[in-house]
Amino acid sequence: MSDIALSAAMTLARSRHRRLLWLGVAVLVLAGAGVLSVSLGTRDVDWRDIVAGATGTTDTLARAVVAVRVPRTVMAALAGAALGLAGAVMQGVTRNPLADPGILGVNAGAAMAVVIGMAWFGMATLTGYIWAAIAGAALTAAFVYAIGSVGRGGATPLKLALAGTATMVATSSFTTAIILPRNDIAGGVQAWQVGGVGGASFDVIAPCLPFLAVGAALSLMSARSLNLLALGDDAAAALGARVAWARAGAALGAVLLCGAATAACGPLIFVGLVVPHLCRLLVGADYRWLLPFSALLGAALLIGTDVLARLLARPSELDVGIVTAFVGAPVFIWIVRQRRVREL
Amino acid sequence: MPMQPLTVETLSAGYGQAAILRGLNLTVPTGRITAIVGANACGKSTLLRCMSRLLKPEQGQVLLDGRAIHRTPPRELARRLGLLPQTPLAPGGITVADLVSHGRHPHKGLLARWSAEDDRAVARALTATRTDTLADRDLDALSGGQRQRVWIAMALAQETDVLLLDEPTTYLDINHQIEVLDLLVDLNRDRQTTIVMVLHDLNLAARYADTLVAMKNGAIHAAGPPQEVLTEATVEQAFGLPCRIIPDPTSGKPMVLPLGRHNTTESSAA
Ligand SMILES: Nc1ncnc2c1ncn2[C@@H]1O[C@H](COP(=O)(O)OP(=O)(O)O)[C@@H](O)[C@H]1O
Ligand SMILES: [Mg+2]
Repeated sequence: MSDIALSAAMTLARSRHRRLLWLGVAVLVLAGAGVLSVSLGTRDVDWRDIVAGATGTTDTLARAVVAVRVPRTVMAALAGAALGLAGAVMQGVTRNPLADPGILGVNAGAAMAVVIGMAWFGMATLTGYIWAAIAGAALTAAFVYAIGSVGRGGATPLKLALAGTATMVATSSFTTAIILPRNDIAGGVQAWQVGGVGGASFDVIAPCLPFLAVGAALSLMSARSLNLLALGDDAAAALGARVAWARAGAALGAVLLCGAATAACGPLIFVGLVVPHLCRLLVGADYRWLLPFSALLGAALLIGTDVLARLLARPSELDVGIVTAFVGAPVFIWIVRQRRVREL
Repeated sequence: MPMQPLTVETLSAGYGQAAILRGLNLTVPTGRITAIVGANACGKSTLLRCMSRLLKPEQGQVLLDGRAIHRTPPRELARRLGLLPQTPLAPGGITVADLVSHGRHPHKGLLARWSAEDDRAVARALTATRTDTLADRDLDALSGGQRQRVWIAMALAQETDVLLLDEPTTYLDINHQIEVLDLLVDLNRDRQTTIVMVLHDLNLAARYADTLVAMKNGAIHAAGPPQEVLTEATVEQAFGLPCRIIPDPTSGKPMVLPLGRHNTTESSAA
């Protein structure tokens, strides 16, 4: 008996150790990506300038470059972490391996709300964008969930994906219809819609922080409920979960994260889809590990793609949104071919 | 664990407009094994879902220890009463030990850490179901019978006085069916767990249950010891199936021999 208690405890401990190892690797990857992001670009700089630039001195050109790249890197890290985390939460809430702020139409809804704000209400501040984006994301999520729940068996993964995709197409067309006749805002909207962190400064980052913090807290607190929801609603309820509340709390967290990230960088795709699957291959299905991992690797991925975006088109730059789509698609195809991610 | 039996009082429930259960009454004997049988879609799963707080009754109530379960907080109820649904979902890539440890959820507060007692409860569940040697295997890699034992281990780690199981043997080979049912009897004998299970096989239900409940159209058609419930008349009425009943030579319990239109010396139209 005690032998077996020991061996079961050892099994659980072994997987804890393996995950801690990967946690170390993920932190290193993120740190490496951060250093590359500050030093590489249209103009490369060396470490002395990095230290000086990061502490605020801008007396050489290199240091001035660093002073611009630091907030840009921070923005990419925050948006990447937010989308990675939101994607993992949405996959858990909907039990849908294809759930992603993009596929469920949440980012498109957020973007539509921002564009409506720009076009009809002359909205031009980031705080305005954030509130509009969060409202749009929340309404779309509620709408998609409501149509996805109609009929027998409640909100099944398939019905949700269909409802989400239909909604995404509808909101995107509507957004286009709003912009088309409006030459005055088309340029600004277009740059924002592609998704970019190029113009980031601490003035852009600061207003997003409270939303990201609350969203992250809600999401991380849902880890245990998401573990139970993964067993099916009946099994989760039988283990003492309040299924509807658990879903609503986690979804609210994801909506805050998506709204703030979309308002700051435009609708980025694939980060929320690819990152959680990659993390599942590394640390398994336990959301207590999966959520923080998705945030870490989401940050690393978006920083990495932003660096790539700068290097690919030297001496000019690409928008990070374009590169995430190109990098994300093949990675995603590779991931769905792995057996372990077929079901959640 | 002295407690009043689990009772269902004039329970009506359904999904939206469709009424499935109509004024159903049932008393589940404490510390015994109860098997529920009935034709497809007669409401067996719906009854179990009401008895475990998953579905809210439209009328009537379910009492555990004299207290209405729909007014008991879910986590508190989950420490007393467990349910293994008909088709629980297995998250891809989960190990047996991780899955079984989910059974400890109702015993842990919001911020409580994993304890030595949790480790012991998981170990007891693994031993009882003889899945301890599978602890670090992937659930996906197991056979159907092994997987069902793991699900039962998860329910055991919950350490409840009452365990409800919805068709725990469906889709299993006959040897695995017997293995699962024997395991439930062990559990009942060793821990005095009250067991309520939905079974399809009438003969196995008669052999393994202390009490047999036959349902028909959302109501209890007959309930009592298998010898009294499993009669030619009940089977004919509840399942629309003519049959002969003989004593099972291995257990003395009633055994159903169905009469079809072919391959019997008696006519089913009798
Ligand atoms: N989620 C649901 N929504 C609507 N109807 C349902 C649902 N679940 C079951 N039903 C219906 O309720 C009836 C009883 O189902 P159930 O209790 O699962 O029967 P059993 O378990 O005895 O086969 C069936 O007619 C079934 O179609
Ligand atoms: Mg059923």
